[in-house]
Amino acid sequence: MSAIAPAPGRLIDRFESGLDAPICLTWELTYACNLACVHCLSSSGRRDPNELSTEECLRIVDELGQMQVFYVNIGGGEPTVRRDFWEIVDYATANSVGVKFSTNGSRITDEVAHRLAASDYVDVQISIDGATAEVNDAVRGAGSFATATGAMERLAEAGFRGFKLSVVCTRQNAGQLDAFKSIAERYDAQLRLTRLRPSGRGADVWDELHPTAEQQRQLYDWLLAHGEEVLTGDSFFHLGAFGDSLPGLNLCGAGRVVCLIDPVGGVYACPFAIHDEFLAGNVRDPGGFTRVWRESDLFAELREPQSAGACASCGMYDSCRGGCMAAKFFTGLPTDGPDPECVLGHGEEALAAVAAGPTPRPSPDHSIQAVIRSGLI
Amino acid sequence: MSFDLDRAWRLDDQVSLRPETFGALAYHFGNRRLTFLKTRKLLDVVESLESEPTGRAACLEAGVSEQELPAYAAALARLAEAGMIGERA
Repeated sequence: MSAIAPAPGRLIDRFESGLDAPICLTWELTYACNLACVHCLSSSGRRDPNELSTEECLRIVDELGQMQVFYVNIGGGEPTVRRDFWEIVDYATANSVGVKFSTNGSRITDEVAHRLAASDYVDVQISIDGATAEVNDAVRGAGSFATATGAMERLAEAGFRGFKLSVVCTRQNAGQLDAFKSIAERYDAQLRLTRLRPSGRGADVWDELHPTAEQQRQLYDWLLAHGEEVLTGDSFFHLGAFGDSLPGLNLCGAGRVVCLIDPVGGVYACPFAIHDEFLAGNVRDPGGFTRVWRESDLFAELREPQSAGACASCGMYDSCRGGCMAAKFFTGLPTDGPDPECVLGHGEEALAAVAAGPTPRPSPDHSIQAVIRSGLI
Repeated sequence: MSFDLDRAWRLDDQVSLRPETFGALAYHFGNRRLTFLKTRKLLDVVESLESEPTGRAACLEAGVSEQELPAYAAALARLAEAGMIGERA
């Protein structure tokens, strides 16, 4: 994203007070998934019986079109397992709502690849979390690297230029950034790196998977060196406290310029905050999504000036804005204090000060194991 | 970066503009770039490019003053670079 400004002024202040419609939003179509990635931020696995019907999904698209939301990031679960997936995608693009969908690649056949290559309004994001099968499959499951690679080959062969190769940065893959970039270039794709959040099942593995302080520094230098050619979903704004800002919007857009619609219609402040604490309403409520976005108490609160709390005396607060709300919440930290991965080390101090005890659990949990535990299957 | 104010310009067909209190959001469905237009006046300029003979005429039509013109030319140059606007044949 770039700001084109003939006049000075802080656009960030406008965004922090919210817009009448989100700039873009994440829409998770199903909790069903054929993989069981250890860090899944939505704790996906099994379909929820209460998931939105096709008709309900199309009405959401109508609303997004009326609100002039430019595009939706469709995810899940694995969104392509929904039988009406293409119907929803086609309806969105016909209503001038662009679609970018995230997939593990398992359903990207030759036919699908050709269909995607022919559309200007649909973008694809293939997820891998290691530049080698060994590193990737340890997180995403046996065979998942080969599946993703096969999908990328088919997309490239079909002539799809510039699809996205999406990687969550972890301690295990932080040394593979150049290798990821080479893979993207091999398939004429664009690399997208995002931050690991302790959300969903990510809460269980965050301690082992989140990058070390030293790796964060290397990542920051690497991102600065590559500028806008590598996408980040603006997710590393907490690294701005190293000095220079990274490209993109350096603020938390939760409930202000972005949000999440989950498979059962819940509207959350952001994709990394699937917890009742960040649930603003449901698209099934009277007034639909539009009313939740414009009138919910939670979003109104998020659009008020936020307290910097323990970060108020820090000279870098203007750069990092206190970091990620979800990362703080799920590690048990107050949301008006340092991010657990604060590059100045304040997060580690704060974590040490939090009494060892239960951190908030993500809700709901659709993991296969969780369902077995609760005796539903 | 320079911008030829005396040529004819137009908004790219694949660009959608969404007016906002601060100005507008512009999204290009082809290259998937999102850009912020930070003033309403810049939105007016961009919207009138097609119907005005030159970029300069579009600026004047939107009420851009002589003093503001260099800043608006620079903003239009960045929009052209991002593929949001292009020269009219």
